[in-house]
Amino acid sequence: MNTVTITIKKQPNLFIEAECFTPDALAGKNAEKIAELPVYIGRTTEKVGDYFEVSGSAGATAAETKLVVAGDLTRVKYIGSKMTAGEVVINGDTDMYVGAWMTGGKITANGNIGHFAATSMAGGEIVVNGNAGNYLGASYRGDWRGMSDGKIVVSGNVGSDCGTFMLGGEICVGGNIDVHVMTHADGGKVVVFGNAKSRLGGQASRGEMYVFGTVDVMLPGYVYARDEEVEVCGKKALFAVYNGDIADRHPTRKGETIYAKLYLKK
Amino acid sequence: MTEILIKNGFVFDPVSGIKGDKKDIAVKDGVIVESVSGSAKVIDASGMTVMAGGVDIHSHVAGAKVNVGRNFRPEDKLQAVYEPARGVRHMAGGNSVPTVFKTAYKYADMGYTTVIEAAMPPLYARHTHEEMRDTPIIDQAALPLFGNNWFILEYLKNGEIDNASAYIAWLLRSTKGYGIKCVNPGGTEAWAWGLNCMTVNDQVPYFEITPKEIIAGLMTVNESLHLPHSLHLHSNNLGNPGNYQTTLDSLKIAEGFKANNNFGRDQVMHHTHIQFHSYGGTSWGDFESKGAEVMDYINKNPNITCDVGFITLDETTTMTGDGPFEYHLSALNHLKWANTDVEIECGAGIVPYIYSKDIYVCGVQWSIGLEMALLAKDHMRCYLTTDHPNAGPFTRYPRVMKWLMSEKARDEVFASMKAEDKVRDRSTLGSIDRELTLYEIAMMTRAGTAKALGMGKKLGGLVPGMQADIAVYPYNPETASDPEQIEYAFSNAKYLIKSGEIIINDSEIVSNGNKQTYWVDVKTNPSKQVEHDLREMFLKYYTVTERNYEVEEHAFMKNPNVISIDATQ
Repeated sequence: MNTVTITIKKQPNLFIEAECFTPDALAGKNAEKIAELPVYIGRTTEKVGDYFEVSGSAGATAAETKLVVAGDLTRVKYIGSKMTAGEVVINGDTDMYVGAWMTGGKITANGNIGHFAATSMAGGEIVVNGNAGNYLGASYRGDWRGMSDGKIVVSGNVGSDCGTFMLGGEICVGGNIDVHVMTHADGGKVVVFGNAKSRLGGQASRGEMYVFGTVDVMLPGYVYARDEEVEVCGKKALFAVYNGDIADRHPTRKGETIYAKLYLKK
Repeated sequence: MTEILIKNGFVFDPVSGIKGDKKDIAVKDGVIVESVSGSAKVIDASGMTVMAGGVDIHSHVAGAKVNVGRNFRPEDKLQAVYEPARGVRHMAGGNSVPTVFKTAYKYADMGYTTVIEAAMPPLYARHTHEEMRDTPIIDQAALPLFGNNWFILEYLKNGEIDNASAYIAWLLRSTKGYGIKCVNPGGTEAWAWGLNCMTVNDQVPYFEITPKEIIAGLMTVNESLHLPHSLHLHSNNLGNPGNYQTTLDSLKIAEGFKANNNFGRDQVMHHTHIQFHSYGGTSWGDFESKGAEVMDYINKNPNITCDVGFITLDETTTMTGDGPFEYHLSALNHLKWANTDVEIECGAGIVPYIYSKDIYVCGVQWSIGLEMALLAKDHMRCYLTTDHPNAGPFTRYPRVMKWLMSEKARDEVFASMKAEDKVRDRSTLGSIDRELTLYEIAMMTRAGTAKALGMGKKLGGLVPGMQADIAVYPYNPETASDPEQIEYAFSNAKYLIKSGEIIINDSEIVSNGNKQTYWVDVKTNPSKQVEHDLREMFLKYYTVTERNYEVEEHAFMKNPNVISIDATQ
């Protein structure tokens, strides 16, 4: 696997939309060609080389390409968005849309990632060794098709509205999570090892939430069903299982109503 | 003195009966002429198809519900991201509910020059006109809604045709409207009470009138006002299995009515998006086409025209003045839903929808539209629309043309369906080998529609004296063999001339043109009763006064084109 390293050398006044920071866009290109690729700042189109130092060259295909982005990336958006294969390593904090619409490959973020990461993610893996912002694995604004597949592991905390309209896939949160988890979800799984605040699974019709810590406020739409011992993300524990959101419409299978499930560790 | 000569194209013009002959078309001062001087700009159209500018009889491109559609579907912009401005073009984006600029550019690319906004809530007429004013290039007109208007329901219930006529004339003048649109007559009003009118004989709650009486009343008024267009009807029970009976009942109301106008229009009823109204079966399980039955009736009754509302198998945004239908639709797909009740006039609903070729009902809907268009005997009375954006975005018209003109293209769609056999089984489309000609397509998209709108003396043809709206498509009818060429060519006009001005030159939009808005000003005998009622109703029920209601020509229209009629006799 060939490695391309892109290091920020100049901070923009506005934010950089770096849609080309994916193995797919870099595949088959050397450092000079990559430095020529367009990035968008406000209404202007500029070049990668204007703001970044580029070294190394990409593999022939996305799968053979590893991209390392380094430095203070808090003004850089769309790293790894729409990627289908290969690897991205982010050494530093970054802004919005990390891994949004990604369908394959792996992103490792050694820092914090911004809001709307993994928007409508459909495959691949994201590992965040820091915190994630709001709307992790959610749908695009207005859309009813959120994260459908793939896996996200965050070792730190996650902001609000994680997994909105989630359809599938898995999000594991090592730390705490803010309000609104899996709102409107119709599948998928969110595991929280820390504490959750409130409004978990509002209007969810399917999907599973696991909370190892505490929940500040429970939604009235979740009803206690039973106790169950489950292994999740490699940890086995006894949970109280709640069905919900009973305020919402639910599909049935073989005569049985399917609910979203909230597992609270006993 | 602009002079243009379009040389050597294959001309298709149903108005003059030209079926693909090689002919030159000359333009001088905005109109088509017999010949021009040697200094005219010459456009070489050899190997290309030449038609009059397209006239879309039914589209939703401006106004309150279109804008709500834009607002509540940010995700629609992802499917067609904003293109930056270039040349004379403004930034433009959006897929099923595009911006006004994109609407104009895409219609121009398809060779269309006139588009009718098919549903204008009178109270939101200002908004509708503002959006039309900001839509460049294409000439437009809007049809205000009357089928659920309290004045109309009252007057028609009491048999006061003169008052209904005076009121409609007043409203057309106030809102700068073009004709009478009627959506789910009585049903949208009933919806305000949680009800609906599913047949033409259902009573409208609190008004003691039936859809049948509303439709007949509006047709009577339409003809007594000598309007250029006929009643533009979206009948009751749209989109439901088994609704073809309601449709036939609605069409039959036109029996015995005669067109009365000086605009060359023959029909007394234009039934819109007939595809949505030609369903058999009792549920989605035994859903099937009754397109053949409905088209058979239309074929036999020359005082009716229709447009089809072809399903294009896309993700789109449905929006209609038929509020109850949209509610049912949202219960079907469980996606988001918006609904509006426009004071005492009408209402609307909006729901995103995906017509998937993997869902058999959508496949059957797709085949019903094509089946009906292919069974139509007279394409001067059966028009190409997608009820944009309801059955699909208008940008798919060229794709629909491809399906109509090529059995091979239809078979490819059939073959790509998960439930091909079931879809083929539920309509007769698979057994139809008819392929429409370019001449018939020209009828469906310009000559016929212009005539039905009462604009046939001016638009839709290439006869000297007519407005010089001309499209040149990169399509050679003598050598073209691949159906894909049809879709490409009719999406990418090589040249477009509107009112004698070159809008598209060598596939590039070079001018925003000089768009006009048509409206109809009918003079009627004064009615003291209507004057009194207007005062009362505005005081009692409206949130605005009469003066806040009127659309002033100078403020809301770039180039008003008023059609004046005297109906005082």
